[in-house]
Amino acid sequence: MSTATTYRTCPRSGLQFERQAEWLIKANAFIAVVWLLIGGLLAIGVVLTRWPAVRWLEADTFYMVLTAHGIDMLIFWIIFFEVAVLYFCASTLLRCRIATPKIAWLAFALMLIGSVVNNISVFRGASSVMMTSYVPMMAEPNFYLGLILFAVGALVACFVFFGTLVVAKREKTYTGSVPLVTFGAITAAIIAVFTIASGAIILIPTWLMSLGVVKSVDPLVYRTIWWAFGHSSQQINVAAHISVWYLVAAIAFGAKPMSERVSRTAFLLYILFLQLASAHHLLADPGLSTGWKVVNTSYFMYFAVLASMLHGLTIPGAMEVAQRQKGYTKGLFEWLRKAPWGNPTFSGVFISIIGFGFLGGISGVMMGTEQLNMIIHNTIYVPGHFHATVVVGTTLTFMALTYYLIPVLFKREMILPGLAKWQPYLFGFSMYFFCLVMMGAGTLGVSRRHWDMAFNGHALAYEWPGAAYLMMALVGIGGVVAIAGGAIYILITVGSLLFGRKLDEGATSPKFTPIPRTAPTGAAQTYGSMGFAAPGTFALAMVFLLAFVLYYFINWKYLSTLWGLS
Amino acid sequence: MSAILPPAERLWYKHPIDRVEGTWIAIALTWCLIMFFMMVGWHIWGQQNLSTETYRTTPDKFMPKVQAMVDKYTVRTETDEKTPVVAPPAGSDVYMLARLWSFYPILELEKGKTYKLHLTAMDYNHGFSLQPANINIQIVPGFEHVVTVTPNQSGTYSVVCNEYCGIGHHKMVGRIYIK
Repeated sequence: MSTATTYRTCPRSGLQFERQAEWLIKANAFIAVVWLLIGGLLAIGVVLTRWPAVRWLEADTFYMVLTAHGIDMLIFWIIFFEVAVLYFCASTLLRCRIATPKIAWLAFALMLIGSVVNNISVFRGASSVMMTSYVPMMAEPNFYLGLILFAVGALVACFVFFGTLVVAKREKTYTGSVPLVTFGAITAAIIAVFTIASGAIILIPTWLMSLGVVKSVDPLVYRTIWWAFGHSSQQINVAAHISVWYLVAAIAFGAKPMSERVSRTAFLLYILFLQLASAHHLLADPGLSTGWKVVNTSYFMYFAVLASMLHGLTIPGAMEVAQRQKGYTKGLFEWLRKAPWGNPTFSGVFISIIGFGFLGGISGVMMGTEQLNMIIHNTIYVPGHFHATVVVGTTLTFMALTYYLIPVLFKREMILPGLAKWQPYLFGFSMYFFCLVMMGAGTLGVSRRHWDMAFNGHALAYEWPGAAYLMMALVGIGGVVAIAGGAIYILITVGSLLFGRKLDEGATSPKFTPIPRTAPTGAAQTYGSMGFAAPGTFALAMVFLLAFVLYYFINWKYLSTLWGLS
Repeated sequence: MSAILPPAERLWYKHPIDRVEGTWIAIALTWCLIMFFMMVGWHIWGQQNLSTETYRTTPDKFMPKVQAMVDKYTVRTETDEKTPVVAPPAGSDVYMLARLWSFYPILELEKGKTYKLHLTAMDYNHGFSLQPANINIQIVPGFEHVVTVTPNQSGTYSVVCNEYCGIGHHKMVGRIYIK
């Protein structure tokens, strides 16, 4: 089958972009950044209202802004960008034309229309139901309709991705197995299909209920299935941003996976077990059995946690091995000291890996432990956790990837390179701080999604300890700095697209150049010390484990002082 | 070979495992199993486990039970709304309902005594966030959740709603006294 398209080989990276795929990646990534901008503007309202001394917005505006912030960031920004990543991992990495470009544009249009319809509904003010929109609280019908259209579009995009894999296989653009990064993207896409199907299953009846066609949707059934959408969509992020970590390790260091077997098996564990995590949200609910909670919330004996701990070791480990091969072998950490810290693509990813593991990963396991969940459920610890996973993990990783894509994909020289160098540090570290103090406030019991923690004028008002107010003020400060970091990212990316110097687009050809067969690797690695190829990474992993174990048992100790419950 | 190229070895699952990775897999798996059995073990030896006793209910079925308790055991009223403070005997069934935007009634319990606390929501989802103890339970409409509680400290506890329930959400706060 021949189709009229061209393939461009980027002179800066050697990557080969098919014309249709290139436009689709650009369009999806660009709209993603627009949503990040909108979500970021909304974040100003959220942060400045939860800062007790400021309390900027009125209650109704605050709840509306918070609803929009959650949806625009967690769903629209991230999934638009993920569609771009999927197309990149299939078409670009496999040097293949994209399957059914017209349908891919249809998917894009559905997602765009859906997201706009949803947001119009939210900003009309009658759909301030939060991202979770628990029934029987109802939003306008268009709130659900927008989400459904978006979900259908995203689902179609996943199938375009799968179709592209089939095309690549059939047209023999590569031999052997797909690259590890594409393998990770396949994991993300499989999880996405499950996620989006769950969303459709629960949002369609809820939409019909808002139209008066269906009489009622059971609140507990809604929570159970909604979370198969709501939490699983964060698992798409995990699989996608870990794929990008491998990608950046390969780009920045020429690093190869320590073991294809370990990394791919870890992705496989994600497919099998990661979905169970939506049970985390139901641990404080009535009506679900203990066995169901324990099995699901532990991802069946923590096999998905195991997978994350493996990725957390193998990615920096691969970087270390690559650096040691270049001669940075002194001591445990010369490889890390001599890493390209001035390159925002690398620094962003590294800050993301550390923050995702230490802050997001550990806190996630605490919340997902059946009994410990009782001291965390619906406190502001929860947003503290997911800002560490979704913002430090996914958003910062995608930001880092954009710095790479501006010259390679958008063919523009990045403006303000000095500022770009600092952006991951400013954004990453302020988010670290933001998440930590949020978890601190949550440990003191402060509620999430709450306009007035002082209960002003209420006879039964609860007076939070002073430390809780202090923590919430620090959340405000950390949030403002992080928003500034996000604004710099938008300035650099959008500015580069508009004003950056145009770069040479490289040779185009009407036919793809197949990926050459890689020569088999030689003998076992002989660098490193103590028989360990990556001793520095192993030492870091031990620090991580120590923090994990200590914090885990501190929480049990705290739990054991509470009222008896049975 | 790199992560963005197809692996050189045709069968990636035969790729050797490095010693760093092998050791880490063993450690990580052990830790995962410890965490799993900790959660199971706490059900056997721990004192804080959330009950799963649940019944389907409706406001019409639940309200009379609350009212019967209030009529029988009210000791005084508090606030301008004259919210009853109810002191049921130790070991009995006590009821608390959540609705837009209050908890009803106020309870007065004894330290060290065990009660069966029945929770439900009359309208939307609500949250039972007991402060400063920091015990958090979801309250779902249509379901009566029976939680066995044994307060271990005396004092004034607040029940903060920590599930968003509309424009008055931040005004929703109740109370439990422990003598």
